[in-house]
Amino acid sequence: MIPVIQKEVVDTKKWISQEEFLDAIAVTNSLPGPLATNAATYVGYKLAGPLGSLAAVFATALPSFLIILVIVIFFSTVKDNIIIQNIFNGIRPAVSALIFFAVINLIKFLGFNKTNILIALGSFIAITVLNIHPFIAILVSGTIGFFFLRKGRIK
Amino acid sequence: MTLLINIFLSFLKVGAFSFGGGYAIVSFIQKEIIQNKGWIDLKEFIDIVAIAEMTPGPIAVNSSTYIGYKVAGFWGSILGTVGVLLIPSVLALILSIYFNKFKSQKWVKWALNGMRPAVLGIIASAGFTIGKVSFTDYISVIIGFSAFIGVYKLKINPFLVIFLSGALGLILYSVII
Repeated sequence: MIPVIQKEVVDTKKWISQEEFLDAIAVTNSLPGPLATNAATYVGYKLAGPLGSLAAVFATALPSFLIILVIVIFFSTVKDNIIIQNIFNGIRPAVSALIFFAVINLIKFLGFNKTNILIALGSFIAITVLNIHPFIAILVSGTIGFFFLRKGRIK
Repeated sequence: MTLLINIFLSFLKVGAFSFGGGYAIVSFIQKEIIQNKGWIDLKEFIDIVAIAEMTPGPIAVNSSTYIGYKVAGFWGSILGTVGVLLIPSVLALILSIYFNKFKSQKWVKWALNGMRPAVLGIIASAGFTIGKVSFTDYISVIIGFSAFIGVYKLKINPFLVIFLSGALGLILYSVII
């Protein structure tokens, strides 16, 4: 979704520069929530202040909201159909594969070092085996980073 | 009314902590919405993730709209979506205002050094949970393996991978059952 936003606000509308957009992505990347709406908040603010942010977030979320609304109404009525079930029985393992693919990309991006492996394994075990809420993993790892990872790779 | 407030609060929590975007949120929803609240079952949630992959927009918005609607109709979908986006958007706004100051803040980078690998673990656990439900027989293993080869080796885009897997599921399961 980011390339689409970039094309619209940088190339087509020329609202902000390429550099500024990339900076905005880098910084909003550190926030929770979807990258697309976070970037929209930033661009909206730059152009028209807080109300600009509101308009941008609203407009970014609206199409997906409407599409899903139509789908959920429709999907509930056909969900138990055998054809639909067979299709989704095929799709579910593909979703697992996509997530596995995302994990591999993230490993490549972060790089293998002892600290990364330890934290990643720790949060994986905490969530899947010990049944701990993922937000605890975020809080704990953020704290560990704050105190112990001041020299680590910064990107 | 209580239900609507609950939907709002649950998605507020999901939104506030969903660092890492995309698939990381799957893990938060799995814990908060499916395990703690039991509003929908895991299988249906995986279907939502698949639908989210095939439609434009963030997984967060797609799932909150879908689940909100399932649980409490139209207003549920509104409150779920507003809830999931509220805290990230407010934070993004604050950050936009103090952008230049924030950019040079070292402690943010330090904390992120710790949080990034944790997000990796969070996404992996989402994959693990979803995998347990998705791989039910040898056909699903074949489809999952092909999908992985498709996206990893052949660089086919995720939309097409899901579309093809759906077609494969329809063919294989219809023939065998």
